[in-house]
Amino acid sequence: MFDETITAELEDIRGRYPVAKAALVPVLHVVQREQGWCNAEAQQWVAGFLDITAMEVFEVVTFYPMLYHAPRGKHLIHVCRTLSCDACGGQELWQHLKAKLGVERGGTTDDGRFTLRGAECLASCGTAPVILIDGERHENLSHDDVDKLLESAT
Amino acid sequence: MTLPMGNIISARFGKDDSCALKGYRADGGYDAYLAAIHGKKGTPDDITAMVKASGLKGRGGAGFSTGMKWSFVPKNTGKPVYLCVNGDESEPGTFKDRQILELDPHQLLEGVGITCYAIGAHTAYVYLRCEFRDGIRKTEAAIKEAYAAGLFGKDIDGSGFDLDVHVHIGGGAYICGEETSLLNSIEGVRPYPRNKPPFPAVEGLWSCPTIINNVETIANIPHIVKHGAEWHAKLGHPDDPGSRLWCVSGHVNTPGVFEIETGYSLQELIDGPCGGIRNGKRLKAIIPGGSSSKVLTANEVEKTTMDTPGIRAMGSSLGSAGIIVLDEDTCMVQANLNLMRFYAHESCGQCTPCREGTPWVVKILERVASGHGRKADLELLLDIAHNMEGRTVCALADGACWPLTSIIKKFRHEYEAKIQQGPEADAGTTAGASAPVGAA
Repeated sequence: MFDETITAELEDIRGRYPVAKAALVPVLHVVQREQGWCNAEAQQWVAGFLDITAMEVFEVVTFYPMLYHAPRGKHLIHVCRTLSCDACGGQELWQHLKAKLGVERGGTTDDGRFTLRGAECLASCGTAPVILIDGERHENLSHDDVDKLLESAT
Repeated sequence: MTLPMGNIISARFGKDDSCALKGYRADGGYDAYLAAIHGKKGTPDDITAMVKASGLKGRGGAGFSTGMKWSFVPKNTGKPVYLCVNGDESEPGTFKDRQILELDPHQLLEGVGITCYAIGAHTAYVYLRCEFRDGIRKTEAAIKEAYAAGLFGKDIDGSGFDLDVHVHIGGGAYICGEETSLLNSIEGVRPYPRNKPPFPAVEGLWSCPTIINNVETIANIPHIVKHGAEWHAKLGHPDDPGSRLWCVSGHVNTPGVFEIETGYSLQELIDGPCGGIRNGKRLKAIIPGGSSSKVLTANEVEKTTMDTPGIRAMGSSLGSAGIIVLDEDTCMVQANLNLMRFYAHESCGQCTPCREGTPWVVKILERVASGHGRKADLELLLDIAHNMEGRTVCALADGACWPLTSIIKKFRHEYEAKIQQGPEADAGTTAGASAPVGAA
């Protein structure tokens, strides 16, 4: 399913644990990095790779908010919705992003470029408001800052 | 009086290239570790005794004696011993572990090395939440450097001590910061918290003896081994000694992480390093120890000192030292609702009182916040809290109940006003949230 480099990376991860199953979440992160989300085929492949059942993979994929078992837009935006951010401009930034992208929480833009998701505390409370774009953190954001970040995400 | 800023854990944060091994070694880094594994700091049990005598308490939230925890590892079980470092940092208002990972990861790794030596572990997993992209990159790079320099691996520096250290990336779930949930997360099963006993020190990862310590806790270890237990025991408050990373967020002029010894005044922290309340407003409330602690009113803050006994005397807890500051314009119904959405979202669903209780609390608070509340709603909320607190496997439900009930009790008039005014009531400002609960 993956080329030699990725396979070697996955084998290295699996080798860090006395029980292969422990590599499940780290392996799923590599799968997501390579193909955006964990589809049924990938889950089946991971099950074989770690010698566990597909259901064991599915029950973990569906637990974690940062593992995706459904397709998403090309770029993933997470907006921190928890108290410190919300009280310091996060609420307004959330409304701004919903209006700008024309989507509700969890929605993907019609052109498939962006998926907008809420996130709980991202541990950057002192630099509110905070968002992640494709996993990378951006802090102390004005609405202009966010607009520019979206423009540069091609 | 000016607060004396600490310079122990954060001493290297501002340096150029603070993550590089070369600079860390030049500053005396890994000296304590190498001395320890060569037996120059005594036996592993001597190091555990030193950490116990230092008075160091865990920095993750529960505040348990670190040395005491280590001493619970049983001897000669024939099973491997593991160290798991808890870097799932997800407690709202807390952002200190991230600073260590991003600004001085070798300090953490040296602590990992010493801790493993003390507890007899040869494998350590550093559990980091996946949202810490930068912290993961820097910690992994530091581990690679440490291996290349012969600080990790087999027969380290000819001492006969072997150690492997790996980063384990989580999936963005708050519950995984609960230590037994973290173990299940590493094992690759659904990360539901486990019943205790058995405690992880006896039966943890793959049923082997396991110590789980917070990132900041471990970062303290090299300093204690270097300077001695007595040095640490004399820092700050005698009953809760040490230097802590205080995270201040919310309505202050200069939020951030401030290292200060325990024992100083909370009001002085807000007025001094944090520059006071922004826009010239007055303080309304503080949540002092991460969101799972009981709220303090402005009057209570004036009397509070920043140490476990001081905050406990005010009826709250020091937790993870995540201090959320709320000004006079904050609607305490909306603030409570925001926090309860967090707990409802993060409840793992294992225990019925928490799985069912937290979303019902959100629904009722939404009703009150929108002016559609009923007179009986406040008693209903307190009743639901009563049916959650202490009735679940882990402390997540307790962590939801403490802010919930304390905010209602101390700011009851705001709830009653909302209910009386009806839907025409001012929707409140700042902490208002409108997104539905759900894993979107």
